[in-house]
Amino acid sequence: MIQALGILGALIRGVWITARHFLVNLFFHTLQLFGIKTKRKGAVTIQYPEKKKELAARHRSLHRLLKREDGKPRCVACMLCVTVCPSECIVVEAAEDPDPEVQKTAARFDIDLTRCCFCGFCVEACPEDAIRMDTGVIDISALSRADLQYGLDKLLK
Amino acid sequence: MSPFLLVLIKVVVALAWFMILTLYLTWAERKESALMQDRVGANRASIFGLRFFGLFQPIADAIKMFFKEDFVPPFANRFLHTLAPFLSFFFVAVNVAAVPFGPTLAAAGRPLVLQILDIDAGLIFVLALLSLGIYGVLLSGWASNNRFTLLGSVRGAAQLISYEAALALSLVGLILVFPSLRLSDIVAYQGGTLLGFLPRWGVFLQPLGFVVFFIAVFAETKRVPFDLPEGESEIIGFFAEYGGLKWGLFMFTDFMEILIVSCLVSTLFFGGWQVPWLGDAGVHFPWGADWHWPAWLIAAARILAFQIKVFFFCWLQILIRWTYPRLRYDRLMELGWKILIPLSLLNIVGTAVLVSL
Repeated sequence: MIQALGILGALIRGVWITARHFLVNLFFHTLQLFGIKTKRKGAVTIQYPEKKKELAARHRSLHRLLKREDGKPRCVACMLCVTVCPSECIVVEAAEDPDPEVQKTAARFDIDLTRCCFCGFCVEACPEDAIRMDTGVIDISALSRADLQYGLDKLLK
Repeated sequence: MSPFLLVLIKVVVALAWFMILTLYLTWAERKESALMQDRVGANRASIFGLRFFGLFQPIADAIKMFFKEDFVPPFANRFLHTLAPFLSFFFVAVNVAAVPFGPTLAAAGRPLVLQILDIDAGLIFVLALLSLGIYGVLLSGWASNNRFTLLGSVRGAAQLISYEAALALSLVGLILVFPSLRLSDIVAYQGGTLLGFLPRWGVFLQPLGFVVFFIAVFAETKRVPFDLPEGESEIIGFFAEYGGLKWGLFMFTDFMEILIVSCLVSTLFFGGWQVPWLGDAGVHFPWGADWHWPAWLIAAARILAFQIKVFFFCWLQILIRWTYPRLRYDRLMELGWKILIPLSLLNIVGTAVLVSL
């Protein structure tokens, strides 16, 4: 009997909690509807395409390739990123660079974003600081697989 | 106006009320559950960029379901598979005929009953049709010829049998207190006050009966604490082989059941269209003061009171549905047979003793 009353009390407390959430949130939604600014919001939801959450400084987003002062890619085609990449999504083809200080450059630098797992190992491995993942672009989507093969032209932007 | 035309108009108006409210109950459920969980809920469906808190969402859902493929699995019994959703829809929708929406109005010198069918066994009619709704569940599970749907419908049948008994027994006490089976009479008996201040509603005369009835009727709606026939997370349920509009009909039936249950609870236990302290001449306060109201105002207040009660119970049912987890199957049976039925029998005995004194 005492146990049954305890269960009943727990049930009523549960309904009370959800009802309280409902009423409090409804109150704040109503306040906002009438244009009254409150510190607390009715919902924790961020209405995504209209409002965006600020990304953390270390957030790994879409890759970009950095350039030297003269506009050429910094990449020296050392293949370290290709080696470290766990998804094997980077393809680099080397070419000769006329500058004797540089010697090698990337003729082709493709990242297959359909395979990339955004681990950031390529950024860690790069000795030349040629690749970074700090563009802040997180809505990478396309209607075909081919559109997700990012080459030098897209990465150098 | 011929009586036939009058009944036809009543049927159309009541069904329109019923269907539109049911349609928007889906919206209400999504919004209420969202608010309870600190979310926003459906708010994207728009017409010309106007969103109106997602009020167009049910229409968008309906359009989506209309254009889906009407699929019958090749191993299913085609006729029964098609019949089942319509059966369960019909047995719930027809209940709206017995709901007393308001007091008898005097329109153009003739009494206008705000009820489609004022039958003298209205309570039995409603109970019978509510329990016939199980045929939709059983047929859909059987005709789909799938183990999981059959399991769902067998569970549904077992659950409904065990709660049907408690449901009917819990109302016996009510019939002892308000000696009538006619729903309009039951509402009329609930006018006036108890001890001078308490409205003479069924819930104050039959508190135990109300609790048992509410739990049992909640089990009838097959919603979450008692959603064994569906059991989304384990067996998908009796409508697993349905898609498009037929599946939509099952969902629609679920929401119609919420509305019918709200109508029943407010009619039987919360005075139907009765407003506390409001008599035929105006408000009579418990401390003796009288406040005269014109007849049209009283009628409007009473019709509005019924709507408010129905909305409140819809809200309460959605609240309960989004609060509690599903009962285990044996616990469900235990609650039905070992707790609710003895409680309702106790209620009958207690009420009979008190009434005979």
